[in-house]
Amino acid sequence: MDKIKQHFIDKEEQVISISGLYKSFGDLKVLNGIDFTLYKGENVAILGKSGTGKSVLIKIIVGLLRPDRGEVFALGKPVHSLNHKDLDALRLRIGFSFQSSALYDGMNVYQNLAFPLTMNAKHLTKKEVDTAVEKVLDAVNLRNKKKQMPSELSGGQRKRIGIARTLILKPEIMLYDEPTAGLDPITSTEIIQLINEVQQRYNTSSIIITHDLTCARNTSDRTAMLLDGRFAKVGQFDEIFNTEDQHLKEFYNYNFIQ
Amino acid sequence: MYGDRIKKHIFTRRVDQFFRDIYDISKFFRTFFKEAFKRPFHFNELINQCYEVGYRSLPLITLTGFIIGIVFTIQSRPPLENFGASSWLPSLMGIAIIKSLGPLVTSLICAGKVGSGIGAELGSMKVTEQIEAMEVSSIHPFKYLVVNRILATTITIPILSFYCCFIALMGSFINVHFEESSSIITFYQNAFSTITFIDIIESTIKAVTYGFTIGFVGCYNGYNASQGTRGVGRAANLAVVYAMFIIFIEEILIVQIFTWIINS
Repeated sequence: MDKIKQHFIDKEEQVISISGLYKSFGDLKVLNGIDFTLYKGENVAILGKSGTGKSVLIKIIVGLLRPDRGEVFALGKPVHSLNHKDLDALRLRIGFSFQSSALYDGMNVYQNLAFPLTMNAKHLTKKEVDTAVEKVLDAVNLRNKKKQMPSELSGGQRKRIGIARTLILKPEIMLYDEPTAGLDPITSTEIIQLINEVQQRYNTSSIIITHDLTCARNTSDRTAMLLDGRFAKVGQFDEIFNTEDQHLKEFYNYNFIQ
Repeated sequence: MYGDRIKKHIFTRRVDQFFRDIYDISKFFRTFFKEAFKRPFHFNELINQCYEVGYRSLPLITLTGFIIGIVFTIQSRPPLENFGASSWLPSLMGIAIIKSLGPLVTSLICAGKVGSGIGAELGSMKVTEQIEAMEVSSIHPFKYLVVNRILATTITIPILSFYCCFIALMGSFINVHFEESSSIITFYQNAFSTITFIDIIESTIKAVTYGFTIGFVGCYNGYNASQGTRGVGRAANLAVVYAMFIIFIEEILIVQIFTWIINS
């Protein structure tokens, strides 16, 4: 399954720009001087072992965590210097797909999808909300699951609904946290296809956090390898995969054994 | 020597944690009042929460209130009869139920039923990243989840408390009626003969304070839950234990304040 590379990457327009980013939790240094740029229309996969701070990085990008040092600009806005109102406006332009899907337990699929829309666009009529829900359900191929509760969905379906919930706000950037974690190979392939379709259809720029090499290879224009809180290597997937660096090789070998 | 140093270290850590908790609680308290009066207001969610807290607690409050009324009347009768003062029974029950038992029993039941529910629900939302999911969708989880729940308990528990008083007095009346064949009008006239306006105010203030406490403690523990499913259980447990403990302290304080007001 090869990635369909029909999209245009605008190297002139930076949608995310990170410089000198540091983050620690107590004595544990997680991010240790990250510099990174995401261009418009680009998909970047961030690889790394568990606990290397991949999820922390995207949580900092969306303003869920504050860095100890460093600057993050998203869509030209300094994420951590914004007031509440501006941060809310920025977050509407960034979609975040959680590792656990984070669907609201007490709401059915329709309510899960309609909730962010009705809370942020109160002027919309019921019909307009219904149409938007139908449209995103169509995009993730789950049109018939509208009335089901999250507990009645499979892991893959939950991931799809999680992605649909972010798509309903029509984001310009998508941040995927371990989109294929805990899924069987067939469902993983479906999610990978969905990530590519989302980019084609919604023209998003994406960061995909993963330790799944198949996912990284099939979704990314560039791949970044996070090691000891820094990007050890950034480049094309094959370029990184064929490296002679012993530390990076260790990760790949481990992945293949798995 | 080494043991002493460890003990000292544990002690300083506990003191440090205590002051951190005080800071966190005061911050949570401040945020609640800041957010409660700020737009947007989620009236539908508030009504939904009032329904969850109020309507769903009605059967339990009805049963408990009725039993308390009837049991207290049965047990208070013999000592009063010894002094030839059984005619004072409705007044005694009126004072006991309206001033103290009604708000206290209602709030203790709600601390167990509603407080633990809030703690577990918010705790589960926290550990499964649902609260963060709200944040990244530009929905303020504090406003939507916490403010509405605290307001719902603060509004609903006083209503439940008065309902509990009414049911408890009905229980009391049934016993009095079977023992003395008195009418319901006579019973209620006697029960309310010693109740003053300030007693009603005291009862209302108690119920409002307890309602706020239950909502606040439940939300605080749930919203700050951590460590997976273990954290959810802990949040639910702490929500009940702390709420009950604080309610008893508030009971003492409010009684003292009103006694002082009445005496002066």
